[in-house]
Amino acid sequence: MVNLLDVLNVGLFAAALRMATPIAFASLGGIFSERVGIVNIGLEGTMLMSAFSGVAATYYTGNPWLGVAVGVIVGGALGLLHAFLTVRFVANQIVSGTGINIFAMGFTAYMSQVIWGSRGASDSVRGLGAVSIPLLKDVPILGKILGTHSPLVYVMLIVTVLSYIVLFRTPLGLRIRAVGEHPAAAETAGINVYGIKYLCVTLSGMLAGLGGVFLSLGHLNLFAWGMTGGRGFIAMAAMIFGKWMPFGAFGASIMFGLADALQMRLQALGLLPPQIILMIPYLLTVAVLAGVVGRALPPSDYKPYVKE
Amino acid sequence: MKRGLIGLVPPLIAVAFAFIVGALVLQVTGYDPVEAYSALMRGAFGDVYAVGQTLSRATPIIFTSLAFLFAMRCGLFNIGAEGQLIVGALGSALAGIYLSGLPPVVHVSLALLAGALVGGLWGLIPAVLKAYFGAHEVITTMMLSYVAEYLTGYMVNYPFKAPGWVAQTVPIAATSQLPRILQPTQLSAAVFIAVALAALTQFLLHNTTMGYEIRAIGLNMTAAENAGISVKRGVLIALLISGAMAGLGGSGEVLGVHRRFIEGFSPGYGWDGLAVALVGGLHPIGVVLAAVLFGALRSGGMVMTRATGVPLDIVLLLQALVIVFVSAPMLIRLLLRRVGYKW
Repeated sequence: MVNLLDVLNVGLFAAALRMATPIAFASLGGIFSERVGIVNIGLEGTMLMSAFSGVAATYYTGNPWLGVAVGVIVGGALGLLHAFLTVRFVANQIVSGTGINIFAMGFTAYMSQVIWGSRGASDSVRGLGAVSIPLLKDVPILGKILGTHSPLVYVMLIVTVLSYIVLFRTPLGLRIRAVGEHPAAAETAGINVYGIKYLCVTLSGMLAGLGGVFLSLGHLNLFAWGMTGGRGFIAMAAMIFGKWMPFGAFGASIMFGLADALQMRLQALGLLPPQIILMIPYLLTVAVLAGVVGRALPPSDYKPYVKE
Repeated sequence: MKRGLIGLVPPLIAVAFAFIVGALVLQVTGYDPVEAYSALMRGAFGDVYAVGQTLSRATPIIFTSLAFLFAMRCGLFNIGAEGQLIVGALGSALAGIYLSGLPPVVHVSLALLAGALVGGLWGLIPAVLKAYFGAHEVITTMMLSYVAEYLTGYMVNYPFKAPGWVAQTVPIAATSQLPRILQPTQLSAAVFIAVALAALTQFLLHNTTMGYEIRAIGLNMTAAENAGISVKRGVLIALLISGAMAGLGGSGEVLGVHRRFIEGFSPGYGWDGLAVALVGGLHPIGVVLAAVLFGALRSGGMVMTRATGVPLDIVLLLQALVIVFVSAPMLIRLLLRRVGYKW
């Protein structure tokens, strides 16, 4: 293997963390939604809409952080819409989510042509750039992997820890889990079941939104059509693989991020046709779902809860 | 979800709502909705040629929507019809190219069979993963669509690439072509197969033991299991047939329209199928009618884009709005009540 060392080096792990970031954000979003008994298959479309709106807002204001804010708000709005349709109007969760996914494909392509005159990609905008963590960046090896990244990578690490604390170390987390596991009992205990569902599915959209803006503003500094490339679905697989736990989902996201990073490096080497290499993350997702998931128990039966 | 023809009423209202929201989007982004929609209508139904093109676009959508419907009746979300259609198309193309010396009827039949077989096997993968490993079909069918895209992309960029710059196969043999039935439009005999398949779907679901078992699983999996129906077998059969239906849609495109496999030939017929199945009230007759509507969006959309400059993706947007509105019949009821209708 001539170029093995070019592929397997510290840079690969830094890239893995980078590519894991959007997946981790979305899978945390998936956790919050499924913990209250709502499957959010619209994560993919939510990411795409946020990636787009983040770039559009940055294009008009010149401020990428404003773009992040807009992307997160748009994500939250789509989450709220999904909650509205599935909780208030008892819509089928998969149908509603698929509607959001197709809407995102159509809307972003349409608006991209209206704004930039191109279906394929937007103009380049100012991105978030990278930050270095003092001290950490000077540590050998670890500094190369963790020291310098887009600020959203660090946000992702913090949000992962926060999600764990909120879900498992606070009264709110207990309520969230109760709503998913046994809504009728939760209602009896005085918990506002619908309120918690709205809150968590909206949060789910906001987290997916962060993943989306990372792709566009933290990574490429432009919007490209279909740039999410199924990462919303991969995030769902990461969530299941991680048994609906924040750290588990994070670990699974790192694995998918590694596959993505490896895929890009293998492409650069040109040993195999690109189409073959591009299949890797999707095949890995299918394999992971088939291999481990049989025994993973979801935190809810996902049945719509209708008040007596 | 309501089934049967009576279930067609709320979807039609959903379509109307989708067009209203679509008009708002057009207005806000600086296009004239009346002009755009009338160009769309003209392009879809204006003359015989337009109608032929509309029916030609509707044909693959009938196949993919029947595919979604069939799996859905078993309680399965096959959102990977796009991938099954693409691999089926390649299967038919290869059968059309490499089988030779056959009489036309035999060759066409074998090429169709190849498409159905390859599409069916592609559908069988998520079925096996679901039945034996518990992997959720929504994620696996979607992932396999990406794999199908790249795999066929590899096939027509490397081993089966025709000479030249375009990623496509060489033309299929003349003996494997489905006849065009309304020259100069692209409408081919595949449309008859599509309609026949709709009738066959209705028959399979309601007049066979297999159909009964599949519907029982779809209505209540636990009850079906308790009644002695093998859920595993039902899942395998439902997705095998569903994939075969989508694959046949790809066959129709290759054998009737393009006469070869071209990379990226499908503008998203798999997705259209999902929307159409829902709008058609998950009923085969409803599906055929709804497919004509969506075929009209596709063919009329092209004319609209040429005439008014409205981006073609408004069509996708309309579809998504239809799905969102169809997903929540209660929402439509509420909206109607707001504007003063009792329903």
